[in-house]
Amino acid sequence: MSSGTIDTPTKENLALAATVDANEAVASVAYRLSETIAIYPITPSSPMAESCDEWSAKGKPNLWGSKPDIIEMQSEGGVAGALHGMLQTGALATTFTASQGLLLMIPNLYKIAGELLPFCFHVTARTLATHALSIFGDQSDVMACRGAGLAMLASNSAQEAADLACIGHAATLVARVPFMHFFDGFRTSHEVSKIRQIDDSVLQAMISEKAIREYRARSLTPDHPAIRGTAQNPDVFFQAREACNPFYEAVPGVVQAHMDRFAQLTGRQYELFDYAGHPEATRIIIAMGSGAETCEETAAWLNANGEKTGVIKVRLYRPFSITDFIRALPQTARSIAVLDRTKEPGALGEPLYLDVVAALAEARAAGLSRLECEPVVIGGRYGLGSKEFDPAMAKAVFEELRRERPKHHFTVGITDDVSGASLSVDPHFDIEPDDVVRAVFYGLGADGTVGANKNSIKIIGEETDNFAQGYFVYDSKKSGAMTISHLRFGPRPIGSHYLIKRANFVACHQPQFLERYDVLEPAIPGGVFLLNTPHGPEKVWEHLPREAQAQIVGKRLRFYVIDADSVARAAGAGRRINTIMQTCFFAISGVLPREEAIAQIKKAIRKTYGRKGEQVVAQNFAAVDAALAGLYEVPVPDAPCDGHAMPPVVADAAPEMVKRLTATMLAGKGDLLPVSAFTPDGTWPIGTARWEKRNIADRLPVWESALCIQCNKCVFVCPHAAIRAKHYSAPALDGAPEGFLSTKFRGSANGDLYTLQVAPEDCTGCTLCVTVCPAKDKSNASRKAINMAFIPEREKERKQYDFFLALPNPDPATLKPEVKSIQFAEPLFEYSGACAGCGETPYLKLLTQMYGDRLLIANATGCSSIYGGNLPTTPYCANSEGRGPAWSNSLFEDNAEYGLGFRFAVDKQMGIARELLTRFAPQAGDSLVRALLDAPQKDTRGIFEQRERVSELRRRLATIDREDARRLEDVADFLVRKSVWIVGGDGWAYDIGYGGLDHVISTGLDVNILVLDTEVYSNTGGQMSKSTPFGATAKFAMAGKRRPKKDLGLMAMTYGNVYVARAAFGAKDSQTVKVFDEAGSYDGPSLVIAYSHCIAHGYAMQQGLEQQRLAVDSGTWPLFRFDPRRVAEGKAPLQLDSGPPKVPVKDYLRNELRFRMKPEAAPAFEEADQKQVDARVALYNKLATIGAPQAPGEPR
Amino acid sequence: MDLSTRYLGLHLQNPFIAGASPLGHNLDSIRRIEDAGAAAIVLPSLFEEQIALEKRARETHIDAHNETFVEAASFLPTVDDFDRSCDDYLQLIAMAKQAVAIPIIASLNGITDGGWLSYAQLIERSGANALELNYYDLPSDPDEPGHFVEQRTLDLVRKLRTEIRIPLAIKLSPFFSSLPNFVQLLVSLGVNGVVIFNRFYQPDIDIEELDVKPHLELSSPSELRLRLRWLAILSARIQTSYAVTGGVHSATDAVRAIMAGADAVQMVSALLRYGPDHLRNVIAEFAEWLGAHDYESVAQLRGAMNLKHSPDPTGFERANYLRVLQGWQV
Repeated sequence: MSSGTIDTPTKENLALAATVDANEAVASVAYRLSETIAIYPITPSSPMAESCDEWSAKGKPNLWGSKPDIIEMQSEGGVAGALHGMLQTGALATTFTASQGLLLMIPNLYKIAGELLPFCFHVTARTLATHALSIFGDQSDVMACRGAGLAMLASNSAQEAADLACIGHAATLVARVPFMHFFDGFRTSHEVSKIRQIDDSVLQAMISEKAIREYRARSLTPDHPAIRGTAQNPDVFFQAREACNPFYEAVPGVVQAHMDRFAQLTGRQYELFDYAGHPEATRIIIAMGSGAETCEETAAWLNANGEKTGVIKVRLYRPFSITDFIRALPQTARSIAVLDRTKEPGALGEPLYLDVVAALAEARAAGLSRLECEPVVIGGRYGLGSKEFDPAMAKAVFEELRRERPKHHFTVGITDDVSGASLSVDPHFDIEPDDVVRAVFYGLGADGTVGANKNSIKIIGEETDNFAQGYFVYDSKKSGAMTISHLRFGPRPIGSHYLIKRANFVACHQPQFLERYDVLEPAIPGGVFLLNTPHGPEKVWEHLPREAQAQIVGKRLRFYVIDADSVARAAGAGRRINTIMQTCFFAISGVLPREEAIAQIKKAIRKTYGRKGEQVVAQNFAAVDAALAGLYEVPVPDAPCDGHAMPPVVADAAPEMVKRLTATMLAGKGDLLPVSAFTPDGTWPIGTARWEKRNIADRLPVWESALCIQCNKCVFVCPHAAIRAKHYSAPALDGAPEGFLSTKFRGSANGDLYTLQVAPEDCTGCTLCVTVCPAKDKSNASRKAINMAFIPEREKERKQYDFFLALPNPDPATLKPEVKSIQFAEPLFEYSGACAGCGETPYLKLLTQMYGDRLLIANATGCSSIYGGNLPTTPYCANSEGRGPAWSNSLFEDNAEYGLGFRFAVDKQMGIARELLTRFAPQAGDSLVRALLDAPQKDTRGIFEQRERVSELRRRLATIDREDARRLEDVADFLVRKSVWIVGGDGWAYDIGYGGLDHVISTGLDVNILVLDTEVYSNTGGQMSKSTPFGATAKFAMAGKRRPKKDLGLMAMTYGNVYVARAAFGAKDSQTVKVFDEAGSYDGPSLVIAYSHCIAHGYAMQQGLEQQRLAVDSGTWPLFRFDPRRVAEGKAPLQLDSGPPKVPVKDYLRNELRFRMKPEAAPAFEEADQKQVDARVALYNKLATIGAPQAPGEPR
Repeated sequence: MDLSTRYLGLHLQNPFIAGASPLGHNLDSIRRIEDAGAAAIVLPSLFEEQIALEKRARETHIDAHNETFVEAASFLPTVDDFDRSCDDYLQLIAMAKQAVAIPIIASLNGITDGGWLSYAQLIERSGANALELNYYDLPSDPDEPGHFVEQRTLDLVRKLRTEIRIPLAIKLSPFFSSLPNFVQLLVSLGVNGVVIFNRFYQPDIDIEELDVKPHLELSSPSELRLRLRWLAILSARIQTSYAVTGGVHSATDAVRAIMAGADAVQMVSALLRYGPDHLRNVIAEFAEWLGAHDYESVAQLRGAMNLKHSPDPTGFERANYLRVLQGWQV
């Protein structure tokens, strides 16, 4: 592109200027050029679908004045099917997707292309799950589609994404070949920058109305019928398949013509292969996506320093036009590196590399080549899973091309000490120009840092002639997460699409980060460091860790402090220090004149709070002024350093692996780990979450032992297993640390003691334990047996917790399936990254307490797979015997089948063990073999006894020298019954995985399905699922859902032989325990639907338990158990565990924002909801009186 | 028979107003109230705490989750504005104005000099005919003298008066040391009327759960006595509009209240108990009573028994108290 972004800040340009990310820029084009849009959420493409849904809900018209209709499907497979239908019948349709979603579309993409149905859809290129899931960016997904027959357009920045979206939508109509337009997930999709928007008039001029008319004329209609989708036989299929060739041959010309037309309209010229660099370059990189921009930037710098390098940016990857490619390649090229952002193990090379090699060979053969000499062509991989790709890496590739025998099939950006494929990179290479302000901000999710930074970008991008760019790195944890904002501001368009490594401004919005991260690493000498700290300019120095002091002194940083938390509190803003820190940034960074910046911040405040009245505006203005008044420059001493040392990332007691890997990742240095640090198959150790001490709670629960009634309800509800109870004999207290509390264990005849202990560094401060505590001081009802208290120093508490953990755990065989008893069981799911107050994790913790030592979990992708298995830490852990949940995530859509596979294989291995066992009766002993074969294993005691028998069997087998004895030893553990649980959210169970779930429960196999029902797709940001209740507003249901919640339980009951239950632990914990016990013991399929309160419901999570109670008491969430075993007892299988509704439905609905976002519709929704609830309760009551006949196909 | 009256400068076709109650949340019941003959309706109160808490709650519990997690920048759709209850309220005013012809009196409940006051302007803009400030203060600070409480109220009213042009009424509790003096000061600040009296919610104690449970007892006609006394005293001494609320359940209750000096009566408990249609009977009986007792207008009745006109003024002052006590001794 000759003029990539807004290069001349004219009035007209400023009018079209917007600071947006590629997702928003592309959605704007796609929406205006579409009539129907089928959507499904998947990271990182979801924001495009969300924008379109929002615009449609608001009635925004497309280019032709009609509001596009949006439909959410049950999966991307559904989206593709629906799109195929829409295209077949003549609508201008589109969609947005990525990664696994794109894979689900492939069958239909082949069909759509095969039928030459024109449409353009948009992909945020994202990694495909292989040894692990990655939500981040590479091009493995789009490359998996290259055989489908799509035209493939690649764009490298937000501006290009908007432009090529327009070109794609226009070209497909003329070419008839469907277009996939893609750009890098996150790096491009989420990078905010100042771009020039595409005006309606440009879209109008680009789109051919004639082509639309012809498209509509070809559509299927009974008014002039035709047939498509025939089945063809060997006689004709081949020839018919080749009939489309002329259309593919025409595509490059059509696209280039549209690019040329676009350039006439906007001044932004694209080529199918854009060359950038020295006209006589000898070393060339060929790449697609944001990495190509980095290569271009690097080549420009190298060329300015006397080198001859260049970059070919591939725009139209399919169909690959050899002629245009050769035309773009300088004839001086001697060595070429082709960079692929994907990996094809076992291939001769990655796809783009192979295409280039083939193109050069064909060109040579056809006499098209203009090259002066035969170039060396090498291929390499970069940037997998959003691995950084920066100028140092691009330079390493150019350097490699200088060598006589450059490395083939290299990698760049990692250290590969296993295959030796990686190139070495100079970490100090830096080419960012001095006139670009580069600022890095470390914030906490909840403090509003990212929001403020986005606002700053808007201010600078839209109110001044400057260019601005922002990229935001988030934690994968959902509570206490760190955010790192990378902001660039400068006088020219910003082409640096990588993280800032050398910042002239570093802000640390949370002082505790200095204790854990090398926050100042990116600061350049003479740069500015802004710290939010409670310590004033005189005192702050002595509170800094030595490492930070050394950086400040060594780099001669200008050091500023502000007590933003105090200023925020005084302004009534709570923990939201965003505006205050933003003010300080503008005040000292100099990116804008101070007065102008403050005026702009105040303008933004007025825009946000204007409707709240002058008082609120004034309050925020006061915060801005107070920020300026409270900002101090700290005199920096000449020499360091009397500060304390940064504490070790993990405790000394941590295992070697944790110190080597986990600690490195926790410190934010995971990029430095070499290939050899990892297993080749994705296996990862469990139980590493316990080594990350996050200390994110301001206040901690404090136990009042004298008031406690030892009900263990607090232990039950804790989402993070951060409050635990034990009872033990008195001598175990020997050596207890100071302040360790214990009290007489109620109901103990032998003087046992009881302790309730908080994990001080793992608690998130959610307060659910306090909320649920039923024990109050009889003389002071405001005091409970647990109360939150501010505890700044936690060393004492830490020692107490360590001592507590070392106390003996109870014999699991003695525990009963009751709330109090089972909560003495050691949780084997702890300290996950779930939200503070999460409504899902208490169920999972309970699952591990009841079945942990024999538990296999198949986990659908979603919140529970993210907090369950997102590195660096793993929350599932083992007990002292080394047994614990075996957990795995396959995909989103296949989880029921995946878990069924577990059961099938486990049962087979048990079957093999049983077969072999019978052969060994004479040697191993008849009675032992009989006992092993007949053991009922109905409860924990039965499991324990069977394990003893297996141990005895092993002892006896050890004396037998036979091959089949060894085989029996291999599978002997399967003689102990395993509990298989299939876990996922409602998006999986109700929507994308429903077909599989339905099939799995129909098999009669002994699997247990736990649906953590938050009634939305929580992990991707709260999109509607079929579980979303009537009247609730969610993403993709902006106007409130108009259809009732699917009754999954009722559907499952119709099989008759499936155990089905609904639970809500906040309403009736005893029923939840009973449900888990019955489901686990039922020898057939079980389905447990568990109410899970969620941040996507729009209220404070500490009210989650109360909302669960109201959901049940209002009849909205009736508790029931449908147990097929009861039929044999002559009883109705369905039992209702919640009585008749006690409160109106509106009492439940009105507490949640999701039901109140459409005030005008709320009364009607409430009334209709009440009617639906009344009808359902009546139906359940009726069903509970019916004794169902024995279902055919008894559970096994 | 002329049943009309003036209250807060508004012309009312009769003295019966439906006071602030849950009935005002719903357009259907607002229409039924008008159909039953009410001359005006006071909408349920928008609480200062609602305005402040909505904002804070939204920031703490909704916005705080935004931009924190890599896969989702937010967890709920964007809403253009977050004060839902406030927006609901403004919308309710506008819809009620469209639905009925009788005057709509909005109600704000607050005690501090905070940002919520600016909502008065939005209420005015939404079309409310008047605003009733429900002044619901429960002083619990032993260091705050009584005159501070009064001064705080006066400051608040002064400010509120400058925010809006529509008539302003203040609904008071009986717990002021010198109510006449206080009312006089309020009137001097431009208050257009006084509603007596607030009925405090009296929370109950759950002795099993050791918890405080919200509790609302509907009023009974016996509560009217307190109001009659103060109406009689105030209406005789201070020129302003008066409405009584609390204890008016029947036509004769209304007669008493107006005789004591009320310009209008607000009914709540009786309408909640018997439904809005109950008002129709009460108004008919009221007219019937006036006719039977040869009154030609409400104006003729108003204040007939206040401190100035009562044949036995002492009945409303201490002497009456003594007489009652002595009666008990007998």
